[in-house]
Amino acid sequence: MLPIEAYLVLSAVLFTLGALGVLVRQNPIIIFMSIELMLNSANLAFVAFARLHGQIDGQIFVFFVMAVAAAEVAVGLALIVTIFQARHSINLDRLNSLKG
Amino acid sequence: MSVDWIVFLSLAVVSVASAIGMLLSKSAIYSAINLIINLITMAAFYLLLGAPFLSMAQVTVYAGAIMVLFLFVIMMLGSEQSSGQNLVPWQTPLSILLSVILIGALSYLLLDRSEFLTSASKIAQDFGSPEAIGLLLFNAYLLPFEVIGILLLAAMIGAIVLTRRPKRLDEALSSGADQNLAEDTHATD
Amino acid sequence: MLFEEISSSAPQFFSLAPLIVFFPIIGLLINTFFGGKILQSGPAGEKIVGWIASAAAGLAFVVSVLLAISLINYHDGMKVPLVEWIHIDALKLNWAFQVDTLSVTMMLVVSGVGTLIHIYAIGYMHEDVRHHGDPSRFRRFFVFMNLFIAAMMILVSSDNYLMLFVGWEGVGLCSFLLIGFWYDKGEGGIANAMAAKKAFVTNRIGDFGFLLAAFIMFTSFRSLDFDIVFGRVVEVNAIYPGAIFAITAFMLLGVAGKSAQIPLYVWLPDAMAGPTPVSALIHAATMVTAGVYLVARSSALYVAAPEAQALVALTGAATALFAATIAIAQFDIKKVLAYSTISQLGFMVAAVGMGAFAAGIFHLVTHAFFKALLFLSAGSVIQGLERGHHHLEHDPKLKKLVKQEHHFDPQDMRNMGGLRTKMKTTYIVYMVGTLALAGLFPFAGFWSKDEILAEAAHLNPTAYGLLTAAAFMTAFYMGRQIWMVFFGKPRSPAAEHAQESPPVMTIPLIILAILSALGGFMNLPFKGFHQFSHWLEQTSENFHAGEFVLSVALLSTALALLAIAVSWWLYMRRAAKLEALPAAKRPDDPLRQILGPLFTWMNNKWYIDELYWAAILNRYVDLARFLADYVDWRFWHDWVHDRLLVKGYNLLSRLLSVHIDLGGIDAFANGLASTTQRLAASLRRLQTGFVRNYALSIFLGVVIIIGYLVLR
Repeated sequence: MLPIEAYLVLSAVLFTLGALGVLVRQNPIIIFMSIELMLNSANLAFVAFARLHGQIDGQIFVFFVMAVAAAEVAVGLALIVTIFQARHSINLDRLNSLKG
Repeated sequence: MSVDWIVFLSLAVVSVASAIGMLLSKSAIYSAINLIINLITMAAFYLLLGAPFLSMAQVTVYAGAIMVLFLFVIMMLGSEQSSGQNLVPWQTPLSILLSVILIGALSYLLLDRSEFLTSASKIAQDFGSPEAIGLLLFNAYLLPFEVIGILLLAAMIGAIVLTRRPKRLDEALSSGADQNLAEDTHATD
Repeated sequence: MLFEEISSSAPQFFSLAPLIVFFPIIGLLINTFFGGKILQSGPAGEKIVGWIASAAAGLAFVVSVLLAISLINYHDGMKVPLVEWIHIDALKLNWAFQVDTLSVTMMLVVSGVGTLIHIYAIGYMHEDVRHHGDPSRFRRFFVFMNLFIAAMMILVSSDNYLMLFVGWEGVGLCSFLLIGFWYDKGEGGIANAMAAKKAFVTNRIGDFGFLLAAFIMFTSFRSLDFDIVFGRVVEVNAIYPGAIFAITAFMLLGVAGKSAQIPLYVWLPDAMAGPTPVSALIHAATMVTAGVYLVARSSALYVAAPEAQALVALTGAATALFAATIAIAQFDIKKVLAYSTISQLGFMVAAVGMGAFAAGIFHLVTHAFFKALLFLSAGSVIQGLERGHHHLEHDPKLKKLVKQEHHFDPQDMRNMGGLRTKMKTTYIVYMVGTLALAGLFPFAGFWSKDEILAEAAHLNPTAYGLLTAAAFMTAFYMGRQIWMVFFGKPRSPAAEHAQESPPVMTIPLIILAILSALGGFMNLPFKGFHQFSHWLEQTSENFHAGEFVLSVALLSTALALLAIAVSWWLYMRRAAKLEALPAAKRPDDPLRQILGPLFTWMNNKWYIDELYWAAILNRYVDLARFLADYVDWRFWHDWVHDRLLVKGYNLLSRLLSVHIDLGGIDAFANGLASTTQRLAASLRRLQTGFVRNYALSIFLGVVIIIGYLVLR
């Protein structure tokens, strides 16, 4: 059995990459994908800890996270579609009319 | 180096590579495909960690349903190529720098501060089986489960409402009202 | 408690004493608040107002009589406390009414004569306000008169010097108000007001003396209470040898002011600007005798200071003679009486100064009768003449006579003559008053004046000489007046048509005439009589009955008769001869022919007023002008105020507004605002509108937290 830290480090790397994706990409669809990646990295950590403690409660949480992610994606993509219909573009840098 | 390590490392390499590929690919389609690969490696990790049910759910719900939704939207909008220049060019290097720091810091924390927690514990045969998950889910976590159900329902209704076509929305709002307004709406459409 | 004591120990009328002040005050309040409406209510309004005032004075008289009756059985008198007035450390003063024979005598005179004069004034003022053309002042006159009665009652009923001073100032105020009653009339429209001012200012000098006396008294005696002060005379005389002389001498200054003695008598002749009832009540019968009362009241002090006594006696005697010489050469009927009053006051002051306190008070009382009578009769004569003048103006046949006389002066005796037949009642009462004043047997003046002369003959020979000469002149100027006014031929058309006054005026005159004729019998200077002196002796042992000296009486009577004979020869015989001369050469007075320039001096009052002007008043006016022009206007106004204060203030306010306010406070507030603005403008840029930026900042936060965990 591998030490749990391996999974955790992998989880951290994936999370950081997801965060990096949120920060550097302008396409909101890809940003959403990055968010999914971050959620998955967290899920990985959950599952790893569940394994460590021998309790499946962590897996239940993963289950919930998946459900929430599904809901989030559904609403988020709907929003993107609506924005696209209104502005014919989904470039995030164009959506800066709330600047100070 | 044990077999476990070889399997883990190879999967990890694939996972990280696909994540990076998702980040870097210009086209959203490629990004989506990279993410699918990443999610599948996740499912493999779940198997390694004794969560066969989650692994299957990961493949079906994430790699299947959710990513199909992504791909569907990408296709529908035709926005696989992100257009326009980067208005905040300084953000990219700064983000990368911060990310490196974060990875370094987290790794340091995980590897240096804690003793290696090798899970020596033997797990039961049915650990993470659908039955075990179902028992726990419908007993101890029944209320959260119901709440999640409502959340999904709300998300569904929200998505439907948001993506309804404006014309029909206008008609629904001002049914049989001012004709000029209706014509204007037609013209702009 | 004190009241209970009185009512239990003395079933008398003493507790009524406060009413002598309250009745006149009630009267004046009624007339103040309702008099205006009563006057407008109809032709009877004036009578109602007048009778309310007279009733107020009359009720005070009734109370005085009741108090006098009480005193018959209760000789020592009574202090009737009303309220505690001032209580500061050693200074304990009650507002208490001193009821003893002396004060009750004064109360009887003030309220009795006052009531008669009030009644007379109803008739007199009815014509006077019409003559002066302002009937609305009728009410004001009676309000002032009642106020005077109240103040005079406070003066005579006080049991301490400070309360006495309140009354003293109160009567001074009323005197001022009533002298200036027609303040907008007189020569140049201001003569009456000037006369009032003169009286007031002159009295202030006297009050200054009175106050100094009171201060010294309080310092040395530690009290202003009559009983306490008089009780400590011997004790204090031993500790402070000069104190009592200083008190009495300063008090003499007050007396000189109020009672018109040398050198402060000058206000009294001018005070004749007031209506004649005022002259009678205030400036003859009552107020001016306050000084005499004060000396008599303070007899214990004066007896302890013989030098002061001599000073007072000589002042009085000198005034008596001096004023009499002036009276001889006056033509104004009221001025003659005014100087006569000064002269008679001199008699009284001389008497109380010599220690003949009872004689002084006795003369005060009789003088109140006959001088009030003379003034009121003179008022009757004046109005008789005015009626004649009025009659001429409105009679078409006689109108041409009026045009000849430009300024008809109804008070000038040269316009009179022959009124004997025109104004019979007035003539008779005037004769009674004249004989009383001249001191002929058996009229009141004979007894009182003779008592003073008899006392003076053995107490102070110098004063006796002066007073005898004054008595001679008194008889002479009164004779002169009688001959000029009532005998001979009428010297003006107005005198020819003079008319008698109404009964409301003549009845008080008759009553006063009876009093003037018989008043002397209350103090016959023979053994077994002396009722008045014995009455007064109950107040203080310093009052004592005088002796009757036949030689003195004979001498003064002889002199009076001689004076009248001389005046008859001059103003009847000689005047008749002078009538024959052409008008240009004819002297206005037969005496002028004999005395020459001396008469002019006497006529001009020895130029004392001019002397005062040259010596004191002009200097004072110069000083006032200097103070006004230089000190006040140029220094205070132009320099201190305009230059120093205004400019300094402007400078200061400019400093405050420009530098402190604009430069400091405003700059601080504006700076705060602009700093906030600038800060906000720069902070605004943080809000870029790029979602990724916001995400980056969140990410930065995460990195920092993790970094903190690492570095901890």
